[in-house]
Amino acid sequence: MAEKEKLTIVVFSGDLDRALAAFILATTGASMGMEVSMFFTFWGLNIIKKNRGGIKSKGLMRKMLNFMNRGGSQRLKLSKFNMFGLGTWMMKRLMKEMNYPSIDDFITMAHQMGVKLVACTTTCGIMGIPEDAFRSEVESLAGAAYFLGEARDARVALFI
Amino acid sequence: MKADHTLDCVGLYCPMPIVKTAEKFKELKTGEVLEVVADDKGIKKDMPAWCQATGHECLEIEEEGGEIKVYVKKTHE
Repeated sequence: MAEKEKLTIVVFSGDLDRALAAFILATTGASMGMEVSMFFTFWGLNIIKKNRGGIKSKGLMRKMLNFMNRGGSQRLKLSKFNMFGLGTWMMKRLMKEMNYPSIDDFITMAHQMGVKLVACTTTCGIMGIPEDAFRSEVESLAGAAYFLGEARDARVALFI
Repeated sequence: MKADHTLDCVGLYCPMPIVKTAEKFKELKTGEVLEVVADDKGIKKDMPAWCQATGHECLEIEEEGGEIKVYVKKTHE
């Protein structure tokens, strides 16, 4: 085959269900021989934050924000039927019962398949999220121009 | 149908059968046939689509009871 087809996904949402959809498409795209990049911005950054440790940010407002909006793949909630965590707990349990990969598994899998995970610098700046708050699978930080550069010659570009 | 390798995907849901097939294909030699056994009906549409995207050949899809067997031939490296 000639040059690889590209798939690029903006992950704006930090909801568990949407994150799942994004990673299903990313890993499938990689399996189909596509070059895949995922650009995480705003609440989507929560998906790629480390699950452990605090997030060191400066200023009271940012400290509060990162406390309230801690993030991490294991803290994501469903966009519907969260029901103070009960719905999310049930969904995770059902997924586990049918041996379905968790978001953590999907991140590892996507990374091993060569999917590029990129975090948005602007949102990191506004929210005061330091680079070391992200898991090791995150390749780099970049801006809108990087995403559009990818999207320009991507066969498929999605916003989730 | 005769196959050179078998991949058990019973109990796995989308996208895992496709992800595992793509992974397994790296071990196959050109011309070899892989039998994928699955019970997620999605594979009947997904595997032909995967073959179309990757250029490999989907030879046959058999269904017996709840089990689906798909035969895929590796046509290039």
